[in-house]
Amino acid sequence: MAPAVEMRGITKTFPGVTANDDIDFTVEKGEIHGLLGENGAGKTVLMSVLYGLYRPDAGETYIDGERAEIESPAAAMSLGIGMVHQHFMLVPSLTVAENVVLGREPAKNGLIDEGEMLERVRASCTKYRLDVDVEAPIHTLSVGVQQKVEILKALHRGADILILDEPTAVLTPQEAEDLFRAVRSLRDQGKTVIFISHKLREVLSICDRITVLKRGKVVGTVAASETDMGELAEMMVGRRVVYSFEKAEVAPGEAVLSVEGLEALDDRGVPTLRGVDLEVRGSEILGLAGVEGNGQTELVEALMGLREAKAGRVSLCSTDITRASSYERIRAGVSHIPEDRHKRGFIPDFTVTENLILGSHREARFTRRGFVIDYEAAASHSQALVEDYSIATPGVGTHAGNLSGGNQQKVIVAREFDRDPRLVIAAQPTRGLDVGATEYVRKKLLEMRDGGSAVLLVSADLDEIWALSDRIAVIYEGRIVAVREPAETDETELGLLMTGGRRG
Amino acid sequence: MKARALLSRVGSPETLRGILIQLIAILMAFAVGAVVLLVTGYNPIDAYAAMLRGAFGDVFRVGQTLTQATPIIFTALAFLFSFKSGLFNIGAEGQFLAGAFASALVGISFQNLPAPLHVLLALVAGAVAGGLWGLIPAVLKTRFGAHEVITTMMLSYVALYLTSYMVNYPFKAPGWVSQTVMIAESARLPRLLQGAQLSASIFIALALVALTRFILNRTILGYEIRATGLNPSAAENAGIDVKRGMILALVVSGAIAGLGGSGEIMGVHRRFIDGFSPGYGWDGLAVALVGGLSPVGALLAAILFGALRSGGMIMTRATGVPLDIVFLLQALVILFVAAPALIRAILKKGGLRW
Ligand SMILES: Nc1ncnc2c1ncn2[C@@H]1O[C@H](COP(=O)(O)OP(=O)(O)O)[C@@H](O)[C@H]1O
Ligand SMILES: [Mg+2]
Repeated sequence: MAPAVEMRGITKTFPGVTANDDIDFTVEKGEIHGLLGENGAGKTVLMSVLYGLYRPDAGETYIDGERAEIESPAAAMSLGIGMVHQHFMLVPSLTVAENVVLGREPAKNGLIDEGEMLERVRASCTKYRLDVDVEAPIHTLSVGVQQKVEILKALHRGADILILDEPTAVLTPQEAEDLFRAVRSLRDQGKTVIFISHKLREVLSICDRITVLKRGKVVGTVAASETDMGELAEMMVGRRVVYSFEKAEVAPGEAVLSVEGLEALDDRGVPTLRGVDLEVRGSEILGLAGVEGNGQTELVEALMGLREAKAGRVSLCSTDITRASSYERIRAGVSHIPEDRHKRGFIPDFTVTENLILGSHREARFTRRGFVIDYEAAASHSQALVEDYSIATPGVGTHAGNLSGGNQQKVIVAREFDRDPRLVIAAQPTRGLDVGATEYVRKKLLEMRDGGSAVLLVSADLDEIWALSDRIAVIYEGRIVAVREPAETDETELGLLMTGGRRG
Repeated sequence: MKARALLSRVGSPETLRGILIQLIAILMAFAVGAVVLLVTGYNPIDAYAAMLRGAFGDVFRVGQTLTQATPIIFTALAFLFSFKSGLFNIGAEGQFLAGAFASALVGISFQNLPAPLHVLLALVAGAVAGGLWGLIPAVLKTRFGAHEVITTMMLSYVALYLTSYMVNYPFKAPGWVSQTVMIAESARLPRLLQGAQLSASIFIALALVALTRFILNRTILGYEIRATGLNPSAAENAGIDVKRGMILALVVSGAIAGLGGSGEIMGVHRRFIDGFSPGYGWDGLAVALVGGLSPVGALLAAILFGALRSGGMIMTRATGVPLDIVFLLQALVILFVAAPALIRAILKKGGLRW
């Protein structure tokens, strides 16, 4: 049987980068094929070539054994290829069904035949076992459900080969599990799935075979059953990666952050923090585990002075800061790595220098006469940080938005850690980062701890919590339901606590 | 290599590319204008030559060009200053009129003040009135979330009709024309050229170009305003008082527009005449965009618009080309300059790389 997809010698260059360099890539019918590689390895570009978004400079593509000239997404669709992009392309104001049939609506007398449309889309839902409310407007749906709609859309248009570009990047662990089930069921119905990711664990658990890309080249293709995390990581990064850290034995110091009975509302005015009690000591990493949406975001914002505390008390080294402004908290030694770096973390249209002084820009070392910013001092400071934190950038005057995701995060980390903080609040600090950058950020967090800072690590990634924490707190429905030493608990217990199963 | 090093001292690659795009857009506008001239039976070379002479031919013509440019330098600066904080102040017209009327009022109310003091007082009154006209939408925005595009535009009409009422009733000078009496000699800005209207207001405009550039690019305030405009959530996270920044930006923006109005009254008309502004506030928005939203760019774009107008009149007289071609050229420049920005914004929204 001819393979579903065979790409031979694909080369695609952009000014200054060879995104794909003579790539051979074969996907068998009915398999889930993982495409693994660090950010910038060329995964999206390769799939964009297959989907007709880019013309390759060289190389050929065969679909079901036949030579195919794929000049546009329309051509790809007619060959049975569908793609779900990293960024969804749904119309928020339309319903699920309307989005699915968009561009090919069933018509009657020149009007959309509503009944026919709903019936057909529902039939697709049943057929592919994707459970969504087809009459709900897109903007009312969670990201996880929107992604299902994208998949449904592709399948409804007759896709036999489904490309998913980093589908779990935007999902919670629960949503990801849901997605995996759906993908497996599609394979069992004979569909071919190409699954792009840079996360080893999920690729291993869901794929049949895995092709690893590095800097635009294929490193190799392996069967999931015959490999492990270590080997894949090495293929991906080109060297051994540390998965467990040697943590120095450091005795925790005095309490740096104390939170008592903290209450706050979420954006819709619903009480979301319902009496949080928490203590983080110097030289300690406190991991905050929890299913997303249990108040983590609100807690971090309340600690940073970005959200009003309705009740309770927050103190930093026994000084009450409950009513302090963000500015005063930063001055008092609180650093923050925000969970959404694009939203809160940095300013893409600012230069690297301007980003590196954000929040410290009023400090005497960056100002003159109290109202002028000393951009020369700022530039030399940022030059030093770029070197210390090995931030890959053409220069400190480059717009930070031009940096890769990992380097953007390094800019934030450099800025926040350089302040010599007493407290570091790190929210999802490695989300979306590749293996190398993840390792780097985790090491830095440990360095901060060893240097005496208190670290509050909020992460949806239990592996991360395990690897770094000195103590683990579990948050559930706006309360801390348990605090454990890593040695005296296990994943089963944490899982139960996180879902409200048991109260410690 | 050397040229590149030199260029990089002028500005970052992004800025340089921006400047190039603006220049190409302007050239394209003139090219299309030439085609229109050709098909309507005029010689574009003659017409443009006449226009150039009319705009820059001698000192007097340069003076006329700068006279036309002066008020729109102010309003363009006003627009771009608030824009940097993320606010669309499209009400420069209202702030301009408020400033103009306040200066006129001070100008006619005192007779025996020493000139420097009277001028200063009138200017301050203009800035304060304009600033107040900017403060109202700022408060409505930060307190109640009212969108500044709506409120600044509405307030423009309030200013328009309020000043019109003032010069038709309480402050109307005797006679048929809806205008105030002349302001005192001591409140007038000196004229710079014999027989022309160019006044010292141009120096205030130039000083403001330098000042806004300095504030935006060098000071802590400017840094915070730009951060707020580019990413308010990140600015807030960095301890920047976002609301304060927005209020300040709108007040300063209004004050700049108000000073523009003062300059016209104290330098050119010497009284408040109903309807004296042909829409300088609105022109400012276009000029700021054509100038790439930088203060120096705004200055150059305002001079371009001024030259089109003063040169256009001479062109009409010399070659018979209708004055409408000037408005066509203006519209084309705006279109070609705005279009690339628009296209880039659309591409960005669609998630495509460019
Ligand atoms: N449209 C483009 N223009 C220029 N460079 C691009 C473009 N698309 C991708 N690249 C570059 O090609 C390389 C591979 O990118 P990509 O395929 O998106 O990586 P990933 O493996 O993370 O999906 C990167 O260096 C990226 O910067
Ligand atoms: Mg990608």
